[in-house]
Amino acid sequence: MSALLEVSGVSKSFDGFKAIDNLSFSIGEPELRAIIGPNGAGKTTFMDLVTGKTRPDSGTIRYGSASQDLTKMSEARIARAGIGRKFQKPTVFDDQTVTENLTMALKSPRSPFTVLMRRPSLVERAAEVADQVGLRGDMGRRAGTLSHGQKQWLEIGMLLAQEPRLLLVDEPAAGMTAAERERTTAMLVEAAKSRAVVVIEHDMEFVRRLKCRVSVLHEGRVLAEGSLDHVCADPRVIDVYLGRQEAVDA
Amino acid sequence: MTATATNMRVGANKAAAKPRALIMRTDVLVFLAFLALVTVGATVLAQAGLVSVSFVKLLGKTLCLCLAALAMDLVWGYTGILSLGHFAFFGIGGYAIGMWLMWDRTELIVMDTLLRAELPPTALEIEEAIGTQIFGVVGSSDIPWLWTFAGSLPLQLAFAVLVPGLIALVFGWLAFRSRVAGVYLSILTQAGTLALSLWLFQNDSGLRGNNGLSGLQNLPGLDDVPQSVVSLWFLWASAFALGLGYILAVWTVSGRFGSVLRGIRDDEARVRFLGYEVEHYKLAIFTGTAMACGIGGALYYPQAGIVNPTEIAPIASIYLAVWVAIGGRGRLYGAVIGAAVVSLLSSWFTGGGAPDIDLGFYVIKWTDWWLVLLGSSFVLVTLFAPKGLGGFVDLWTNRRSTRRDDLGPDQGSLRAEEETP
Repeated sequence: MSALLEVSGVSKSFDGFKAIDNLSFSIGEPELRAIIGPNGAGKTTFMDLVTGKTRPDSGTIRYGSASQDLTKMSEARIARAGIGRKFQKPTVFDDQTVTENLTMALKSPRSPFTVLMRRPSLVERAAEVADQVGLRGDMGRRAGTLSHGQKQWLEIGMLLAQEPRLLLVDEPAAGMTAAERERTTAMLVEAAKSRAVVVIEHDMEFVRRLKCRVSVLHEGRVLAEGSLDHVCADPRVIDVYLGRQEAVDA
Repeated sequence: MTATATNMRVGANKAAAKPRALIMRTDVLVFLAFLALVTVGATVLAQAGLVSVSFVKLLGKTLCLCLAALAMDLVWGYTGILSLGHFAFFGIGGYAIGMWLMWDRTELIVMDTLLRAELPPTALEIEEAIGTQIFGVVGSSDIPWLWTFAGSLPLQLAFAVLVPGLIALVFGWLAFRSRVAGVYLSILTQAGTLALSLWLFQNDSGLRGNNGLSGLQNLPGLDDVPQSVVSLWFLWASAFALGLGYILAVWTVSGRFGSVLRGIRDDEARVRFLGYEVEHYKLAIFTGTAMACGIGGALYYPQAGIVNPTEIAPIASIYLAVWVAIGGRGRLYGAVIGAAVVSLLSSWFTGGGAPDIDLGFYVIKWTDWWLVLLGSSFVLVTLFAPKGLGGFVDLWTNRRSTRRDDLGPDQGSLRAEEETP
């Protein structure tokens, strides 16, 4: 299995604080991978680096069959190359309808001139995606009037509409009800059947349900990798992550 | 909030059902009908001698200001770029057409005088005479390089559109590429506008310093056509430009392009992660609207008769933003309503039309107090009626909307949804 994303030896500091320290990570396609780690482990910075929001101080990030160097591409180009990102809090365009949100995300030419002049009807394709995320009946509704869980699904729908090869998902289950979580799990597992999906999550119970390989991040490095049971048995992991959580719980 | 939600939903469904019939949309039809009514009405009344030439000119000028406000709404209300320089593009359009008007008319006058001389004039003599006529007021008779093509109407008309476009393109490219946004961009546009007007104020700018260009109401070679007729020509031209501009603006903000623009306004970073080059979109809208402003200015200043650097000063662009805010940004007719209402009111108040209010101990003279009134209305609208005058249209169209969209506690989501997970 050749890697779709190959992060090697990447470091990034903010004002002397090493957020990412010589991190190496790779994922093939299709695969579902969860990244866990305590607060400040560098999970979000990792996503920022891959999606082009921040540039690494050193190291390389290669992507795709052509091994494109992501560190030299703009956010928009990276997105067009097939990397989708879901933010921690649902970021949909509240002022626009579900259809408009999905239509914007659908894979199609993105240059201003083409978008202005050519106007194919994308409604059917938007409807298909809305079906997948259970928003078929709400397509005409303004996204701002959706419930929290529905917004999360809309955002997942927008990601699917982009038809990415690599999906980066930041804490998808945050603030969801039990039923919504279950549905979200199903959506992610389904999505990972045909592409690479990286899920960043705090909630161990949610990660367990994903039934996938887990990478444990600590102080900007990958501490351990393997099945959830495997990493949970690792004394270093217990020390930095679970131990700390127990201490908090106690 | 509730009313808007329903309204937008209905609007979206309609748009989805008939994407091609843009020009048949109710708001477009109502707008065009109203514009036609104003234009035809003014023409009939003017022909009957019931309204003055200056009123027709005021109306024509107002339509041009509405076009500028429309452009401002696209760039600010829809894309979220608070440009404090769009009126400068308007002024540049005026300067471009003004140069031809002045040059051509002066040339005709000079030729008329010189041909009566005993010896036929040389080309150099003609040029010198024109130079003295136009630039004598700033103590010069040399013709600046800026006036190289002033004798050509097609070229100067092209400049009225292309110069604003080019300035916007270069300025926008530099600013957007460096990710300058928000209040910093506003300051930058304002600084650029200030620099331009200060340069124009200088006598050696080549554009007659603070005198500006004048006598623009006189069309070269048409001295025997009375102003009452010329004013109607310009009224019709302005109405045509505004009507076309409105249709183009509606077309621009509809569909996916409009979605992306509003997306950029609300969450620029998110639009980037969807794969859209935000900078290219901003540049396109910034440049396009600058060109529209240039057209507006080219139609406005021949009706005003004079263009000077004061027109380009930052305050003019701030007024433009105030009109759009009072009219209701993010809706095209709002911008037009705002520009028309506020600029007409402004003429009425500052032109001595409004009666002074005698309070006994103090007399409120509107010529002095109009700006205070305008300023406070701006503050009040911003605080209490963010939808502006355009919000009244919502009240009108949504009278029968029910309150079934009850909003729950979760940031505007429906209560019904919250209760049934």
